[in-house]
Amino acid sequence: MGGLIRLLRSYLRPYMGEVVVVVILLLIQSIANLYLPNLTADIINNGVAKGDIGYIWRIGPVMLALTVVVGILAIIGVYYASRVSMGLGRDVRRAVFERVQQFSAREMNRFGTPSLITRNTNDVQQVQIFVQLALTLMVIAPIMGIGGVILALRTNARLSAILIVAVPLMVGVIVTLTIFAVPLFQSLQVKIDRINQVMREQITGVRVIRAFNRTEHEQDRFQTANADLTGTALRVNRMFALALPALLAIMNMSSVAVVWFGGHLIDSGQMPVGNLIAFLAYIMQIFFSIMLATFMVIFVPRAAASATRLEEVINTQPSIVEPASPIEPANVTGAVEFRRVTFGYPGGEKPVLNELSFQLHRGATTAIIGGTGSGKTTLLNLVPRFYDATGGAVLVNEVDVRAQKLDTLWQSIGLVPQQAYLFRGTIADNLRFGKENATESELWHALEVAQARDFVAAMADQLEAQIDQGGTNLSGGQRQRLAIARAVVRRPPLYLFDDCFSALDAGTDARLRAALKVEARAATVVIVAQRVSTILHADRIIVLDAGRIVGIGTHQELMSTSEPYREIVASQLGEEAVA
Amino acid sequence: MAQRGAPARPGGRGFGGPGMFGMGPPPAKTKDVGKTLRQLVARLRPERMAIVVSAVLALGSVAFSVIGPKIIGNAINVIFDGVLGKGLPAGLTKAQAVAQLRAHGQGQIADLIAGANVVPGHGIDFTVLGQILVLAALVYLLSAALQWLLAYIMAGVAQRTVFHLRGDVEAKMARLPLKYFDSHPHGDLLSRVTNDIDNISTTLQQGMTQILTSTLTIVGVLAVMVWISPLLAVVALITVPLSILVTVLVARRSQKQFAAQWARTGTLNGHVEQMHTGHALVQVFGRRQKAIDEFNQQNQALYEASFRAQFLSGIIQPAIAFLGNVNYVVIAALGGYLVTSGAITLGDVQAFIQYSRQFTMPITQLAGQLNLLQSGLASAERVFEFLDAEEEVRDRVVSSLPAEPQGQVALEHVAFRYEPEKPLITDFSLEAKPGSTIAIVGPTGAGKTTIVNLLMRFYEIDGGRISVDGVDTRDVSRDDVRRVFGMVLQDAWLFTGTIRDNIAYGKLGSTTDEIVAAAQAAHADHFIRTLPEGYDTVLNDDASNISAGQKQLLTIARAFLADRTVLILDEATSSVDTRTEVLIQQAMARLRQGRTSFVIAHRLSTIRNADTIVVVDQGRIVEQGSHTELLARHGFYDTLYQSQFTDPLAEAS
Repeated sequence: MGGLIRLLRSYLRPYMGEVVVVVILLLIQSIANLYLPNLTADIINNGVAKGDIGYIWRIGPVMLALTVVVGILAIIGVYYASRVSMGLGRDVRRAVFERVQQFSAREMNRFGTPSLITRNTNDVQQVQIFVQLALTLMVIAPIMGIGGVILALRTNARLSAILIVAVPLMVGVIVTLTIFAVPLFQSLQVKIDRINQVMREQITGVRVIRAFNRTEHEQDRFQTANADLTGTALRVNRMFALALPALLAIMNMSSVAVVWFGGHLIDSGQMPVGNLIAFLAYIMQIFFSIMLATFMVIFVPRAAASATRLEEVINTQPSIVEPASPIEPANVTGAVEFRRVTFGYPGGEKPVLNELSFQLHRGATTAIIGGTGSGKTTLLNLVPRFYDATGGAVLVNEVDVRAQKLDTLWQSIGLVPQQAYLFRGTIADNLRFGKENATESELWHALEVAQARDFVAAMADQLEAQIDQGGTNLSGGQRQRLAIARAVVRRPPLYLFDDCFSALDAGTDARLRAALKVEARAATVVIVAQRVSTILHADRIIVLDAGRIVGIGTHQELMSTSEPYREIVASQLGEEAVA
Repeated sequence: MAQRGAPARPGGRGFGGPGMFGMGPPPAKTKDVGKTLRQLVARLRPERMAIVVSAVLALGSVAFSVIGPKIIGNAINVIFDGVLGKGLPAGLTKAQAVAQLRAHGQGQIADLIAGANVVPGHGIDFTVLGQILVLAALVYLLSAALQWLLAYIMAGVAQRTVFHLRGDVEAKMARLPLKYFDSHPHGDLLSRVTNDIDNISTTLQQGMTQILTSTLTIVGVLAVMVWISPLLAVVALITVPLSILVTVLVARRSQKQFAAQWARTGTLNGHVEQMHTGHALVQVFGRRQKAIDEFNQQNQALYEASFRAQFLSGIIQPAIAFLGNVNYVVIAALGGYLVTSGAITLGDVQAFIQYSRQFTMPITQLAGQLNLLQSGLASAERVFEFLDAEEEVRDRVVSSLPAEPQGQVALEHVAFRYEPEKPLITDFSLEAKPGSTIAIVGPTGAGKTTIVNLLMRFYEIDGGRISVDGVDTRDVSRDDVRRVFGMVLQDAWLFTGTIRDNIAYGKLGSTTDEIVAAAQAAHADHFIRTLPEGYDTVLNDDASNISAGQKQLLTIARAFLADRTVLILDEATSSVDTRTEVLIQQAMARLRQGRTSFVIAHRLSTIRNADTIVVVDQGRIVEQGSHTELLARHGFYDTLYQSQFTDPLAEAS
């Protein structure tokens, strides 16, 4: 709830003028709507009861004019309400997106892409709906309710005593409903999610389920979830089945009571007949405002939950911040140095990287090898400052990465991540991602280096061939080669390859490395790999094990000095290669 | 996957459903409404008694609620008569009083009294009023009770129907051939079995009752209105076509804007998804500002479309309220006039005002329900299509496999094709002796994984024969065949649940010791113990809390625990580093003495120690032998193997 109020307070500010207009318009509308039964009463008391037809024809047009005014005001109100709610949605979306653009890898991992997308769409939508409702119905409900009560009291205070019984009864029904139904609704949603999850698992895991003869087990699991869901859905719906007729009955019983007691008041001359009819109209209005309020109660918790989730993103400070007074590197050679670098995740028992020191120079290819979880990717992530080292310093171009402007730092890096992600668009669009003004011949050259020229040339549209989001219309190997070409187009002084040769067959892998060797002869190249064959001919190999360097040198050197390296080689090339 | 399903409905279930604020996606078109309706009706057949009872209840409840205002109107007439009667001198007859008034030139009041049931000098007749009001109270209470019963019964009808539908869909999944799952996008399947069923549930729950009662109410109110005063009824009805016209006109425009809003939401989401997924790339390649600029542009476009959609659809409500008010005013004024002229009574005017209010509500409701029904039918059609899909060929059980199979597997002249025109595997023969390890290597698309599909009988062979211990696998049940094989796939499938449960999936009722032993053999024990909850760590939806390699270790542990006679490993260790892989292989060798294994791997180091390496290309075996034999042959395998050691510089120069 607090989150919703805070979010609205800051994002409604630019629209305060519109909000005030909407509220005033709604106020006028409500008062006018409340005034209508009053005029009806007048028609009956002064016109019908006295047989004054002229009076009826005089008041009639007044009433009509009033409704026209109300209608116009309502439409103006909707106009501004839509401007405010949709504008607020746009502003929040923008704030979320811009904030995420500043996030470092740590924040991205914390939230996860799917969650960030849901927040930026569904959660914003919930808040939008809430604001739209607030600015159309929510203001009206209390005005109509309270106004109805005031007018009822004014019309006849004694008759209003009926309200003392009826309104608490209605509120009682609604409160009971809210207390029981809201938690049930929440558990209903959980159960729907649960059953959909079971379904999803049955589809994605169909092979495993059949292979392990677990079809019956899955059916039991499903039946349990299904029966559970059905039971809860029945309870919720039966609860609502009772609530609405109960509210209607209370309202109708109130009308009956009004007519009975009103009859007595009229008979004793304490109230004119027309007021009875006006009173019935007020009761209706009070009833509807209470119904409206009930309806709204449902939206508040939803919007509140969404607002909290949005606030979480907007208020998250990126863990990587730009330096206050950045240092511009003098020599952009792509040189990388690790000085006693330690890195650990918060709460992690042991550091992922432990006191690493090494230097990488222009023109040399350095390979990093090690088992799953030895810290290879983490090491690579420290270079572009996706994470900051928790101890020691990482230097790129002879300047601490934390002292450089992020864009300056990134400018000298050509990154090929483990997941060869491609964007929707043409092949050319993707290749130009790193260098917007690259010429076609530059693109073809990069494709050639990445061993992608042949398959791109074989496509009907060549460079203009469309790539689906994520590159799903290409094979894994093709994606990896395009991702490599994308980095090559940039001609960066520093290449970072994160295990991005894994989907290539051994021959392509070898040719690609050969071409790269020529292409990147003036650059610093870092290759993370699992395959020994990929790194066999690197100028230097760094062997990582459990976050520590357990060997640095060429293949030949390491074969004689590093036992872990020998084990890796033996595991891949066989004992004979080691001997 | 998050983006594959239909967008979430902001309206939510139970509260007006989709499209309440016009935010839902445009309802999909149903291809064959008649057929879908027939199928839906057939599904409701078991509930026909309840539905008949509900219809009777609906009729009763609507009739009572329609008659209510009329009775209250009568009560008001009694009051009004009393007021008029009191104003006249006692002792006169009504006719005398009227004549007197006429004589005094008060013709209008005379008309009024002439049309009313007045006894001069007498006030309100409370005995009659009391009787009428008791009747009104009874009618209202009865109506509410019937309405409750109706909703109660219909909730059962809807929920039971959906319960069975869900169950049938789930049972259907077990009977579908693997081919169906492989040839349909998972996103679409998922959306059929989840979103579409939810949608049908909402339609049944809200739609059926409301459509029934709304229609009955409209008919009932109309009838009573005509009965009370045909003239006023005509006046009241004028606004109805006007309301419908306004709604249709505005809705047609706003629908277009909603479509635009959905299209732009899609574009914007696509952009957000791409920029977030490629976050690191966007940063390093210096595209942050560009990403923001594009976002702002699309965001603004979405804003404009959604503003227009919201505003246009927002007009409907005040426009109808306006027409309702006009109606009210006209009836109040004209009714007042008619009462003074004695044409109808005051109570009838009061009743009429209520009726005209009651009239517009079910009409707008009905319009909303029809929209809901339309989208529900589209969903129903998609679900029925799924239920009508062709099922797996029934097992022909004429034989059985031994309880303790030896693990001798033979493929004899096997032929298979996924598509009729494209033969994939032709004349494939291979024999695995009990206890041997067979490795299958070859380029992508050679048919390696297809062989797994055939061994497991996920697909049926088109020619030849596959046998286990000499028994043709087509002569026994699929379950029997699969009991022989343990399988680990590259795509490590884990379900939401604890690590313990995921490993135990391989063997029902396994003990903790067995689970831990399997995890140790798969070299998963160590990393499991570093997790915060150890074996009780819950894997989330897509098991993103552990790495791909770790997932593979868990599936290997699962297969170890299952301890089947023949083990199939299809790229099972592709994400596991080679050193760990060697350790797993050693553990496997110890655990699986005398067991048969099939190993498919891209990485040659994985299969080097196999007894027989089968090199497959284009669905045929091109080479076969041990690692050393194949190297000596200097063929396909040798080329593949040597390319690992090529010096890139040597080759480039």
